[in-house]
Amino acid sequence: MYPTNYHKPSSVADAASLLSGGEAAKVLAGGQTLLPTMKQHLAAPSDLVDVRGIDGMEGVTASNGTITIGAATRHADVESNADVKSHIPALAALAGGIGDPAVRSMGTIGGSIANNDPAADYPSAVLGLGGTVVTNKREIAADEFFQGMFGTALDEDEIITAVRFPVPSKAAYAKFPNPASRYAMVGVFVAQTDSGVRVAITGAGDDGVFRHEGLEQALSGSFSADAVDGVAVGEDGMLSDIHGTAAYRANLVSVMAKRAVDAAG
Amino acid sequence: MSDGIGARVPRKEDKRFITGKGKYTDDIRMENQAYAAFVRSPHAAAKVTGIDALAAEAMEGVIAVHTGPQMKDDGIGDLITGWSITSKDGSPMQCGAWSPMVTENARYVGDAVAIVVAETQEQARRAAEAVEVSYEELPATVYVDQAVKDGAPQVHGNVPGNMIYDWEIGDKAKADAGFAAAAHITEMEIVNNRLSPNAMEPRSAVAVFDEAEDHYTLYTTSQNPHVARLVLSAFYNVAPEHKLRVIAPDVGGGFGSKIYIYPEEITCLWASMKTGRSVKWTSDRSEAFMTDAHGRDHVTKMRMGFDAEGKILAFETDTLANLGAYVSLFATVTPTYLHGTLLSGCYAMPAIYGNVKAVHTNTAPVDAYRGAGRPEATYSVERMMETAAREMGMDPAELRRKNFITEFPYQTEVILQYDSGDYHKTLDMAQEAADVAGFAARKAEAASRGKLRGIGYSTFVEACGIAPSAAVGSLGAAVGLWESAEVRVNPVGTIEILTGCHSHGQGHETTFAQLAADRFGIPIENVAIVHGDTDKVQFGMGTYGSRSGPVGMSAIVKALDKVEAKAKKIAAHTLEASEDDLVIEGGEVKVAGTDKSMAWHEVGLAAYIAHNLPEGMEPGLKEASFYDPANFSFPAGALICEVEVDPDTGVTEIVQFTAVDDFGTVINPMIVEGQVHGGVAQGIGQALLEQVVYDEDGQLITGSYMDYTMPRAGDLPSFTLDHGCTPSPLNPLGVKGCGEAGAIGAPPAVINAITDAIGNNDLQMPATPLAVWTALQATKTPMAAE
Amino acid sequence: MTKVTMTVNGKSVSHDVADTALLSDYLRETLRLTGTHVGCDTSQCGACVVHVDGRAVKSCTVLAASLDGADVTSIEGIAAGKDLHPMQTAFNQHHGLQCGFCTPGMIMTGIDMVNRYQAEGRALTEDAIRHELEGNICRCTGYHNIVKAIDDAAGQMSGMAKAAE
Repeated sequence: MYPTNYHKPSSVADAASLLSGGEAAKVLAGGQTLLPTMKQHLAAPSDLVDVRGIDGMEGVTASNGTITIGAATRHADVESNADVKSHIPALAALAGGIGDPAVRSMGTIGGSIANNDPAADYPSAVLGLGGTVVTNKREIAADEFFQGMFGTALDEDEIITAVRFPVPSKAAYAKFPNPASRYAMVGVFVAQTDSGVRVAITGAGDDGVFRHEGLEQALSGSFSADAVDGVAVGEDGMLSDIHGTAAYRANLVSVMAKRAVDAAG
Repeated sequence: MSDGIGARVPRKEDKRFITGKGKYTDDIRMENQAYAAFVRSPHAAAKVTGIDALAAEAMEGVIAVHTGPQMKDDGIGDLITGWSITSKDGSPMQCGAWSPMVTENARYVGDAVAIVVAETQEQARRAAEAVEVSYEELPATVYVDQAVKDGAPQVHGNVPGNMIYDWEIGDKAKADAGFAAAAHITEMEIVNNRLSPNAMEPRSAVAVFDEAEDHYTLYTTSQNPHVARLVLSAFYNVAPEHKLRVIAPDVGGGFGSKIYIYPEEITCLWASMKTGRSVKWTSDRSEAFMTDAHGRDHVTKMRMGFDAEGKILAFETDTLANLGAYVSLFATVTPTYLHGTLLSGCYAMPAIYGNVKAVHTNTAPVDAYRGAGRPEATYSVERMMETAAREMGMDPAELRRKNFITEFPYQTEVILQYDSGDYHKTLDMAQEAADVAGFAARKAEAASRGKLRGIGYSTFVEACGIAPSAAVGSLGAAVGLWESAEVRVNPVGTIEILTGCHSHGQGHETTFAQLAADRFGIPIENVAIVHGDTDKVQFGMGTYGSRSGPVGMSAIVKALDKVEAKAKKIAAHTLEASEDDLVIEGGEVKVAGTDKSMAWHEVGLAAYIAHNLPEGMEPGLKEASFYDPANFSFPAGALICEVEVDPDTGVTEIVQFTAVDDFGTVINPMIVEGQVHGGVAQGIGQALLEQVVYDEDGQLITGSYMDYTMPRAGDLPSFTLDHGCTPSPLNPLGVKGCGEAGAIGAPPAVINAITDAIGNNDLQMPATPLAVWTALQATKTPMAAE
Repeated sequence: MTKVTMTVNGKSVSHDVADTALLSDYLRETLRLTGTHVGCDTSQCGACVVHVDGRAVKSCTVLAASLDGADVTSIEGIAAGKDLHPMQTAFNQHHGLQCGFCTPGMIMTGIDMVNRYQAEGRALTEDAIRHELEGNICRCTGYHNIVKAIDDAAGQMSGMAKAAE
């Protein structure tokens, strides 16, 4: 690792000022992606601003048909949280399928969505459920938040403090893990929400998480696996690598969409 | 005797590992220790036109930066190969020189260009990034089929057409005659995928130069420290052997990859002398993917001819083998004498012809990896048998049975003479254990769940117990492959066994101790195994090629024989009895039919006190043996794999895996089963998951576990195991070796099962979900036909 | 540099650590607890797993500087004096290790999974054990005996928990 300066502020304001103060400061939330990247000399932040010591950044609250998850809440804690399990079981299951148990005890939801790795699981849930990303500055709707591979609407000194999910009438996530990395090669999150059916796909696209209009339309007509069969999922925009061609990924999108719909019940 | 031969004794060595007290090379820290990092070529083929280390040398903590030409000036030699192969036209093989660090051209991504020594590992790594190397990029040859094409870029100037050798085995004319008479001929092209061994402990070296004594010590991750010392001394000119001690402490797996003496270890020794510091280098996993010798990488075209009844008439294979940029220590023998000689499988084949062309490419060196040549041969033979059975409409097990060798010793058409075996019996046992009779019902049940179920066989034989010295010498080996042992009985009767084998997971500290416990009836706790240190142990050849059982333990048995003989002489003298009347059991030497006896420790004490020894006997009780095997040993087995394929995704689940092996005599069944589990897992890994991929520029795509698929617990089933037993008549214990069997036998069983399930035989390893799904698409009726 | 004080294997330790030092570096190089191993650089192999505040984590992917006040247990800290932890005993009895390099991480992961499943009252089936081992790679054993060892230890740990009640 290149030298860096570690900070553990106790307030969001302090964290924000540290972020804008460093020449290339970064938020450290769980570190499960950032630290390996730093070890390989692929990232060299001047400062690391650890947000895990800030009051109120961790934990789950449920109210008025929404689930709010603090940005520094770990995957394992979302997986086992009673409110998440009862209101959005798909989200608990998704969290319980990220990485491996040891990664889930450190990785956080805020870290995952701020990084917007094209093969990460959480972005599909935030986008698929039509969630809202709450920061120290504003609230950002999921549809505006994710801006292509590793890209987000966040400003340099903006810190995610929580993510808010509206409780859907039904939802499920089906993931096909990359055989080597176990990241999502294709992950499909389907949800019936107040604002209609949403289908968000991670892993497959060459520009990160995206919503699939064709699937959303078909599932709006009939929320059934058969409806998925009627949608031709094209290869355009699909990633292609040694683990999966674009055609294979397109097939997996259909298959995982069907499995997610079946699982959603 | 509960600790003796055949007992499932829990391992003595486990305690230090389960408590975190194992001592691996990277756990060692010397006083005055500095750290090394290597500057590596980012290009597959390039001329190094300049190295500017000024900025790096000025960085904090940097002690020195050294390069290949400096090393050459100091007289450090090029790396060697341990086996010379002669081409079919009688010409000697041609291979390019391999300097520990590049002196002129870099020939693969990862080729070492310079070493940086610094106070900390991180300082060394950062300084290595700051060394400015100027490269003139050259065209690269990456793939094996590309290397032999006219006009392919040449990896080494002295190796025209990249052809290291064009070797043959068997009788071409006889094979041609067999094909001419054949009622059926099956033809196939198969790929043996390129693998990375991936011992979980990355390679590491701590080199310690003692200027006052002009002496070097190397702690390193080696499967064979004595061979390392020999080669470092005799060929790399680091130091004469008596001034060089090599210690391989606890070593975290090897699988072949830690046999070789790599550039990094040599360079660390030299750098220790140059800097006057102890120099530690520990590979990270990314470096390991780049520079640890890879395995396999064969493409084989083959055909087999049968008569109308299904009897094999002839077998012919034509193989291209990729040896990478440089010829590593055992690289040349793997595709030839460890592969071509096994082409008869466990079948009576009247005519065999094999041709192997080995080539250089701009990729990491390829050498022996668990099984080494024998998996390649087994994959050819067993894919061929299954495919031919399908083509001829025969049951694949029956086709095998029709051709099994049944009489031993059996002389094959490809040099080897098999010692013993009962191939029908192991197959019977496997079919029973796998409930083959119930397969059709299981397949139907799977179909009702939308899954495609398939079954595949592999009945295989391997040549282990490497190796009879004179025989391998006549085939080009640079050294004999005997083994040594010394058995030291202490004055209190406890025993130390010094062995030239090296345990890096095989459990020698337990299995070898069982031999002495069995022989003298003493508790296994009273026996210690000493290995892995050239200062402690007499010469030895190390552990690989499933040799520690048949060769290493045979040496121990010979030494135990000598100890027993002397002990009996001492006891007979003390007890005033005839040696012939003595029996050793339960920790006592007894005079049969009387109540006269001596405790085992009293015999030891008598030997060292030496007040009352037989006339002319030397004091002490310590004996050594050098055992040279008369032949290889030939373990065999029958494996049956059952899979379920998800047609929607191409995912294969191994739902049942049955392995019935015949390893001859088994000393510790628990440890032997563990070897089978691990070997099968690596075989399944090769068949389903693993592949080293380079892009067309020679950049390594699978450079970490993000892209190289390691078998995980969820990828594998629990295994069903059983053992047949036909003891080898050629060594004193009748053992045959078990370390490689699973890796040798498993891949064809898996691919035969998947191709059976999907109804398409056109499938190469690894059968990833993508590959299986793609093969399934080819079986579907085109839409237009509907 | 950041000053951290933490409890490691029941003892309080305090050091100035580099802001780049990983917990695995701190354990291995500063405390010389070399039972925690590093087998990859992408946080996948699991040879480095230790417990931090009762959770299994990959010590190669945690900054030591971030652990002020933490309670860390490594492989060296799970035996009660000379009495081995049931997970350690089970690995020996079932031949759940060969070269031993992945073993510390396997044992720490095994203990963690048993603790979690038993706390939640979930059945730790063979499938569940294999799934829970997703982040631990072994090249020697084919996992067969590791799964058996964890299963056996789970039974013994459950017995211990009941006896303690």
